[in-house]
Amino acid sequence: MAKIKGLICRECKKEYPAEPLHVCEFCFGPLEVNYNYDEIKKSISREKISKGPASLWRYIDLLPVAGEGSVGLHAGFTPMVQARNLGAAIGLDELYLKNDTVNHPTLSFKDRVVAVALTRAKEFGFDTVACASTGNLANAVSAQAAQARLKCYVFIPSDLESAKILGNLIYKPTVVAVDGNYDDVNRLCSEIASEYNWAFVNINIRPYYAEGSKTLAYETAEQLGWRSPDHVVVPIASGSLLTKIWKGLKEMEMLGLIDNVKTVVNGAQPEGCSPVAMAYKEKRDFIKPVKPKTIAKSLAIGNPADGYYALKTVKESGGAIEMVTDREIVEGIKLLAETEGIFAETAGGVTVAVLRKLAKQGLIKKKGLAVAYITGHGLKTQEAVADSVDIPVRIEPNLTSFEKNLNMSSKKGK
Amino acid sequence: MASMKVHITFPEEKIKDPVIYQIGKEYNVITNIRKADVTEKTGWVDLELTGDPKEIERAVQGLKNKGVIVDPIERNIIE
Repeated sequence: MAKIKGLICRECKKEYPAEPLHVCEFCFGPLEVNYNYDEIKKSISREKISKGPASLWRYIDLLPVAGEGSVGLHAGFTPMVQARNLGAAIGLDELYLKNDTVNHPTLSFKDRVVAVALTRAKEFGFDTVACASTGNLANAVSAQAAQARLKCYVFIPSDLESAKILGNLIYKPTVVAVDGNYDDVNRLCSEIASEYNWAFVNINIRPYYAEGSKTLAYETAEQLGWRSPDHVVVPIASGSLLTKIWKGLKEMEMLGLIDNVKTVVNGAQPEGCSPVAMAYKEKRDFIKPVKPKTIAKSLAIGNPADGYYALKTVKESGGAIEMVTDREIVEGIKLLAETEGIFAETAGGVTVAVLRKLAKQGLIKKKGLAVAYITGHGLKTQEAVADSVDIPVRIEPNLTSFEKNLNMSSKKGK
Repeated sequence: MASMKVHITFPEEKIKDPVIYQIGKEYNVITNIRKADVTEKTGWVDLELTGDPKEIERAVQGLKNKGVIVDPIERNIIE
């Protein structure tokens, strides 16, 4: 692969071949893809990208796959919505929403990372893919593995709500419900990944998988007319998404696809699981693990793999990390739905609530171009808002009842 | 012989305890610190444990019993 030199340790910079590896054998640091940017620069251009497919595969020159995209062919290239109503409500003149609630096939940004991970897994010759997930990742892996005809194992804690399991079972993966708490399941998956010759998407395939998130940055710049925003607000779970959005923008700048990137990267976490936000607030440079207790389950990662790097990115770009309560998350979901007609899952509520907070604090300027990342569909977490929406107006099947109950009066004959 | 890579986080009240030394004495495992950042208040250590798989299992439980947080080297995998 001319565009990839191999893998490189993010800490000690030791180089490795482009294989299914994820931890540096020397310093135990995480490995990431080491691109040959000089080679990429020779062929990449705005024109070439513009002529590509209407999916994340239009950026294939900057993705860690050897051949063509073979999985998730419709993932990515989601709408960039100019949010005039939401902007007016929170005091921002030029607000955009990157709407991954309509990502294909499973309505979350995870469809991006999984498309890249499974394409790469097939190139490596794996016939089995796996993940440990309680939500969006499992959906994306199960659906895309079904389409790619790969065997699929999904590991979950056995006490997970049945509705969440159903969303995976429909694609017919092998769902393994592990008795034990979160930590037990977590450790078992790490052990299985080292014992079995499977493509565990967020373990041994993680360096490739994580690169899929960069496509959110590429699309942001392209859809804004080849420029980078002044501010972005990104939800933080593992922290990978935030770091990759920054990496994506910097790559585009380096390759001459966009001009000077002065984007301020801001992070959003729920108060009930805010290890990175707390480190930012307490001016620490390391992450203290927490036990999550929040309605934003898709952000409930108490010891995030890339938390340190997310914190570093935010500081480097001059941004901030804020956290919001469960009540503010629900308000955020409702505000987004009522102003822009977008129903987001709880992570979207976190992002909108933090966006509002940062705007109020003046950390996002009224005149600046801001982009908020809405990463998953609200149908996935309906229970979070079930008790806080209005009930229907109940009437009898006649006009009198209708007018009486809705304080209406018919124009006819009046 | 098997080996396991773990990420250990020390809460403030455990920062002075020599838990890695103790684990090496109490269980038949080789402890090998590969990276660490420890301050007077808190800290973390990336550690490799080598030995019989069952003994590693016991050593991990022993670490937890001593009040430190033990995660796989990948931290939280469940997304």
